[in-house]
Amino acid sequence: MSAQLLQFLFAGLTAGAIYALVALGFSIIYNSSQVINFAQGEFVMIGGMATVSLLHLGLPLPLAALAAVAVTTLVALALDKLAVERAHGASIVTLIIITIGASILLRGLASLVWDKNIHALPAFSGDKPIALGGATLLPQSLWVLGVSLAVLAALWWFFNRTLYGKAMLATSHNRLAAQLAGISVRRVLLVSFGLSGALGALAGILIAPITFTAWDVGVMLGLKGFAAAILGGLGSGPGAVLGGLLLGLTEALAAGYVSSAYKDVIAFVIILAVLVLMPGGLLGRRAAERV
Amino acid sequence: MLARLGAARGGGLLALALAVALLPLALVNQYLYDVAILVGLNAIVCVGLNLLIGYAGQISLGHAGFFALGGYGSAILCVRYGWPPLSALPASIASVTLLAFLVGRPILRLKGHYLAMATLGLGVIITVVLATEDRFTGGPDGMSVPPLALFGHALRGERVWYWMVGALLLACVWFALNLVESPRGRALRALHGSEVAAEMIGIDSARHKLVVFVLSAGLAAAAGALTAHYSGFITPSQGSFLRSIELVTMVVFGGMASTFGAVVGAAVLTTLPQLLTPLKDYEMVVFGAVMMFTMIFMPRGIVPTLAGLFRPKARP
Amino acid sequence: MNFRSGLAVVGRLVAIGALAFAAHAQAQKEPIKIGAFVSATGPAAFLGDPEQKTLELYVEKINAGGGVLGRRLKLISYDSAGDAEKARTFVKRLIEEDKVDAIVGGSTTGETMAVIPLVEQAQIPFISLAGAVVVVEPVKKWVFKTPATDRMACEKIFQDMNARKISKIGLITGSGAFDKSMRAQCMQVAPKYGIDIVGDETYGAQDTDMTAQLTKLRQNAQVQAVLNCGFGAGPAIVTKNFRQIGMSVPLYQSHGVASKEFIKLAGDAANGVRLPAAALLVADTLPANDPQKHVVLDYLHAYEARYHQDVSTFGGHAYDGLMLIVQAMKQAGTTDDAKVRDALEQIHGFMGIDGEFNFSPTDHMGLTLAAFRMLEIQNGNWTLVK
Repeated sequence: MSAQLLQFLFAGLTAGAIYALVALGFSIIYNSSQVINFAQGEFVMIGGMATVSLLHLGLPLPLAALAAVAVTTLVALALDKLAVERAHGASIVTLIIITIGASILLRGLASLVWDKNIHALPAFSGDKPIALGGATLLPQSLWVLGVSLAVLAALWWFFNRTLYGKAMLATSHNRLAAQLAGISVRRVLLVSFGLSGALGALAGILIAPITFTAWDVGVMLGLKGFAAAILGGLGSGPGAVLGGLLLGLTEALAAGYVSSAYKDVIAFVIILAVLVLMPGGLLGRRAAERV
Repeated sequence: MLARLGAARGGGLLALALAVALLPLALVNQYLYDVAILVGLNAIVCVGLNLLIGYAGQISLGHAGFFALGGYGSAILCVRYGWPPLSALPASIASVTLLAFLVGRPILRLKGHYLAMATLGLGVIITVVLATEDRFTGGPDGMSVPPLALFGHALRGERVWYWMVGALLLACVWFALNLVESPRGRALRALHGSEVAAEMIGIDSARHKLVVFVLSAGLAAAAGALTAHYSGFITPSQGSFLRSIELVTMVVFGGMASTFGAVVGAAVLTTLPQLLTPLKDYEMVVFGAVMMFTMIFMPRGIVPTLAGLFRPKARP
Repeated sequence: MNFRSGLAVVGRLVAIGALAFAAHAQAQKEPIKIGAFVSATGPAAFLGDPEQKTLELYVEKINAGGGVLGRRLKLISYDSAGDAEKARTFVKRLIEEDKVDAIVGGSTTGETMAVIPLVEQAQIPFISLAGAVVVVEPVKKWVFKTPATDRMACEKIFQDMNARKISKIGLITGSGAFDKSMRAQCMQVAPKYGIDIVGDETYGAQDTDMTAQLTKLRQNAQVQAVLNCGFGAGPAIVTKNFRQIGMSVPLYQSHGVASKEFIKLAGDAANGVRLPAAALLVADTLPANDPQKHVVLDYLHAYEARYHQDVSTFGGHAYDGLMLIVQAMKQAGTTDDAKVRDALEQIHGFMGIDGEFNFSPTDHMGLTLAAFRMLEIQNGNWTLVK
């Protein structure tokens, strides 16, 4: 049985790493602005689809991927500049509706710019499965896990060791104080969006060889990324990663041992249970409410 | 008397009643009646949801789940257990209300985005269960629903339904307006402002939140059951996440903390896709753009923004 | 009456007559309205997009060739996005506001079933593009359909299994409507072909890894072949996972993946997979005397020339639907709903993309098992299994 368990674990970790990247995107933007960016899933989609079409144009894969990440980052920046910044001062719910509108707009554009078919990316280093302890692992899964770890390390370094990263963290703790200290909150928000866009695109490119990509993959991935971010505690980077991995593993184990039809239900029930017991998520801040 | 007409309860309700009564002059075929009926049914859900989001300040991203459950409950009782629709409908609404009560107690302790996630999860759970238990629910393809029957006569035809839904909508709006102006409504608004402060003056926030949650779930279930009997069909996608988002958008679009805003929002966002059909492939793009545009330039929603334009400027 | 006033009267009569004739001719030149609703966006866009494109292309071609009964065709189509509620409203719109003469559409079974009461009540001919057998069983007076049913797909597969002496199989099914409906049909007809279903796994429509479920099937020593009742991205992932964990028993897919895209997505893993599909996919390699060769080749060339995309069998359903309506109108000599419906029921030997249609009052589907060809994927291409 342990070979089977290993197979489920591999599947869960791979999916979990992707959810973690998407969840990080949510957390970073949330930290700068309290806004939940429901267009996060579309960043994932654009990353994957852009790479597909750039490949078709003849670019080699690494270049296409880099260009796709750049394109998505630009889209994210545009979203902030043209929409979120303009709505400065609006209520949280209004901002959420704006990002939802953005996700619909982006999906509609995707179906026009590209098409409505499903596309695959070639695996980065081939398709030959690696046998490990009776289970098989795709080389692409190793890429997903490896690159995610590298990205996490880079982000940690950025937020904790660079001045600008620390400035962004300061903004998330106390906006007013950060402004008084001379930090441009607007710029921080812009950078947050850009960063989340890049993260989302990266996730989309990493996973496309395994799960394929299409104009509408953003909806489900956005939902799962959001769930993971909440599970781990909104605004917490480690929380996002933990939430993502836990969600991926729960799904895989539930599908393998309980019922594949109900695996999403089981995952959400667990999330609900965790939230009821720990209302701030696993690693979330126990924020004191101001009167 | 004129002052009374100016007041929301009197004047607004009268205006809505007039609109409902006179609209059929513009509805020249059954299809237009159909759209009007769907607007009315969505509006009923939105009035309830608005009480939750706009007044009590709680987010729900899973209300379509209650809508779908209301519809399926009635459908299953009729089709699988042979209940007459007239008793299946209230039974279904009552069950969903009970479910909302049981689920609401633990969930409403959550705040903000966490509550949003919890309601979202609830909606997903409901939709998946509906799609999987095909022996009861007919699976992802859905099931047909018999029409409502009154004293043996099946309630068919757009005209009959139009008047029914119109009357129900007016009743819901009247009820919501009264609730808002009542002591309970003021307690809710205090809650929205600051939960801690409200508790300090003795408002039992947990109980109030639960009451509004259950009420809005009941309204959603009622609208869902009516929709099921009207269209003669129901599918699990009626409870989907996207549908829940649509409903929240209608409330916010029309204006939070405005009952008439909820009706306007429902009207605009139900008819907009019908108007955009000539755009074919560009429909999604335009729809998303309209949403974004409106929310950026009218952040409080349509009705409050327009009402603000008409209000006399304060004199120094 | 003198000559001049008589001439004036005749002149006026001629003028009135000319006006009346012009008005009559004008009325005759009113276009024939074909209503359509397909899921061009949403989860079934895979189906609806080629259907929409096919309808537009062929309405244009027919008009370029002079139209039907001397009148132009006008296509009024809506995107129901796979949603039964939207489909219902749009069909109501087609009937009440656009006042169409016939309706083609309903990419998914859910959408089709939701609108059947409407078309039956309005008494307007409707050709559905959905796959499940419930659409025409029991037969509804005004409802026809063009795709071969999911039950027929199961039977074709089981026939092939019989030929390969396979009698115990494992099923792996997605959670979508198409998937579940086909699984139900397969379970129903399996005993008729002596097939025993000894394994039964499911996966979610959005799932990205099916190794868990396939591992369970692999560990079941009784399984001699695996049948994937699926549609969309799922079957491609199943196929890749199948090879990834080293399963070597025969793998069958459903007609839901009958498009080049499946081969592109599954890559090398697709080689050796068998599935039932319409002849469209092997149009080039059909023998010259194959009765369908001409029709499918024409369609393939026209579609690919215009859209620069691979054809799909789903677009073929729409072609058949449109052409059948046109044929019925020509046969009836009118667009009167009841006469067109009757003419539809009398169509025999109509060679379409899906196969040869023979309708009757008890058969509104019109195809036999021969409509499906058994294909095997070899070297990234479709080949006919003899």
